[in-house]
Amino acid sequence: MTSRIPFIFRENAKKNKKTFISYLVCGDPSKNDTLIAMKIMADSGVDVIELGIPFTDPIADGPVIQKSIDRALKNNVSLKDVISVVEKFRKTNKKTAVVLMGYMNPVHKMGVEKFTKSINKNDIDGVLIVDSPPEESIDLNSSLKKYNKSHIYLASPTTTDQRMRSITQMSSGYVYYVTVKGITGSKLTDISTIKKNVAKIKKYSKNNIPVAVGFGIKDSKSAKQMSKFSDGIIIGSSIVELIHKHSNNKNVMKKNLTSYLSSISRAI
Amino acid sequence: MKNKINLKDYPDRSGHFDIFGGVYVSETLIHPLKELFSAYKSIATSASFRKILKAELKDYVGRPTPIYYAEALSKYLGKSHIYLKREDLNHTGAHKINNALGQALLAKKMGKTRIIAETGAGQHGVATATACARLNLKCVVYMGEQDIQRQSVNVYRMKLLGAEVVSVNSGTKTLKDALNEALRDWVTNVDDTHYIIGSVAGPHPYPMIVRDFQSVIGHEARAQFKRDYKCLPDYLIACVGGGSNAIGLFHPFLNDDVKIIGVEAGGSGIKTGKHAAPLSAGTPGVLHGNKTYIMEDKNGQIKNTHSISAGLDYPGVGPEHSWLKDLNRVEYTSVTDKEALNAFFTLTQKEGIIPALETAHALAYAFKLAKNSKHKKLLINLSGRGDKDIDTIAKLKNIKL
Repeated sequence: MTSRIPFIFRENAKKNKKTFISYLVCGDPSKNDTLIAMKIMADSGVDVIELGIPFTDPIADGPVIQKSIDRALKNNVSLKDVISVVEKFRKTNKKTAVVLMGYMNPVHKMGVEKFTKSINKNDIDGVLIVDSPPEESIDLNSSLKKYNKSHIYLASPTTTDQRMRSITQMSSGYVYYVTVKGITGSKLTDISTIKKNVAKIKKYSKNNIPVAVGFGIKDSKSAKQMSKFSDGIIIGSSIVELIHKHSNNKNVMKKNLTSYLSSISRAI
Repeated sequence: MKNKINLKDYPDRSGHFDIFGGVYVSETLIHPLKELFSAYKSIATSASFRKILKAELKDYVGRPTPIYYAEALSKYLGKSHIYLKREDLNHTGAHKINNALGQALLAKKMGKTRIIAETGAGQHGVATATACARLNLKCVVYMGEQDIQRQSVNVYRMKLLGAEVVSVNSGTKTLKDALNEALRDWVTNVDDTHYIIGSVAGPHPYPMIVRDFQSVIGHEARAQFKRDYKCLPDYLIACVGGGSNAIGLFHPFLNDDVKIIGVEAGGSGIKTGKHAAPLSAGTPGVLHGNKTYIMEDKNGQIKNTHSISAGLDYPGVGPEHSWLKDLNRVEYTSVTDKEALNAFFTLTQKEGIIPALETAHALAYAFKLAKNSKHKKLLINLSGRGDKDIDTIAKLKNIKL
């Protein structure tokens, strides 16, 4: 199956809506809870789910996501488990896009070919490997392209103009613009630079690839602000925190997650 | 020995040692790493920089360090000859200062005002804090909570030198987690901060920069041996955690007809799984910005390591070592905690030199080799002194200090 992501961005653009991307760590507090949360996301206006693959050394993540990953690792959640959660999710949902997000080593261990084959078989739409920039992921990139899957790369405030060109060329689905120099959960600053850089990426892109922005978006206000000049917004830490906060009370978790996500969805 | 490739020509332009090395980092760090590479190429290789560094190494660090022929020990062990490259005699007591000072000077030239570092045993932290005090740079050292406990003396030394020591309590609370935390700091503060990695690990260009600054060990040793003994040693032996002291000794000898051996931390024994020996018992993977041999489980999660020595307690190793292993140019082996401890006592008692527990691993293997060989010249990198370890040793012997 071809990635749903290009279609989703196109359809949203037609309706003058921005694409809503949400992140959560697979397996925190449990695989079943992750499945429940994914369903809530799909029902509350989320277009693309970035499902985090737990890894022992998440160097790009702040404390909130680190702790979530630690809890998932205590449950021994592996890359295979993450894929099997999507397999279950697909039994009831064919509409919402799913991107696996994580670090290179678990993918390396599985083997790039086996990994992408499994992505294809389980109808997963795309992949984002945080510590695998274009120069280190030529194999993964061509393998994902073979299956028409999206390969999402990051761009950041330190990315030079020349790199922005090559990143847009290698990316498919969307480019994930990291709003801050820092780790996940950082605070937003300097909106004008973000705006300028998003515009630059769009200018350099020959294939008109959508640009989604992430890091530091916490509420409907910041979501709205960011959505004004981008094609989509990504929220991670706040969602991870919310799921954890109510992990002992499933009903409250469902209710709060639904209302939180819906408020963001309405705002963009 | 004839090599088809010049082993000294690596890493290649993209920062790889064949399949190893590279830049496995998130996008935000790519540009700072490229900047560091060009700064290193333009500044650190210039005649004026080399002159300044050479003077600092001579008058401040105390280089060149001597090669000491351990005659009593050699006779005790058998018919081979033990030579020690005395990196323990450097200012701050280990080889770490060679790199810390080099990088701190480079950072200063690059206009950076804040230095961060990770440390395991504390030797690199102390060396970095020292270089920062010397050059008036702000210094923050990340150290695992567990290591802070077992290396309390070094923690206090760093504080005395004006560094801020940040306790890292994520993950396994040791060196690898300190490295994670330092990388997170760097990605947040890249504008004014230079990250001084203490080993030949991390993303390109770090394995190359650290190696080049540490190669002073091998360059000196090679010239000293030729001058004093009119030959080269038969064997070079060094301990390998991340592998900076080892590569520093080995690199200038790579094209020579010299046998080279790296000794990893075998912990309770390779078979027990409780060790820190990725080259001896690991698989290639990706950790801390480079592809190298690592210790991982079947799902690619990084495994906990164990070693009596905090400085070797690391699940990865510099990518150049992985490459040299696969090329069969360097032989990698391991010794257990117990063997290292025995060597620690042997050197202390036979020669009056207290080695670091890290270094004791190289010694333990060298002693075995000396017992089983005749008329061979073994040059061991005595990478650090053992003062920092006396608490650990006393505890093992149930002695209260």
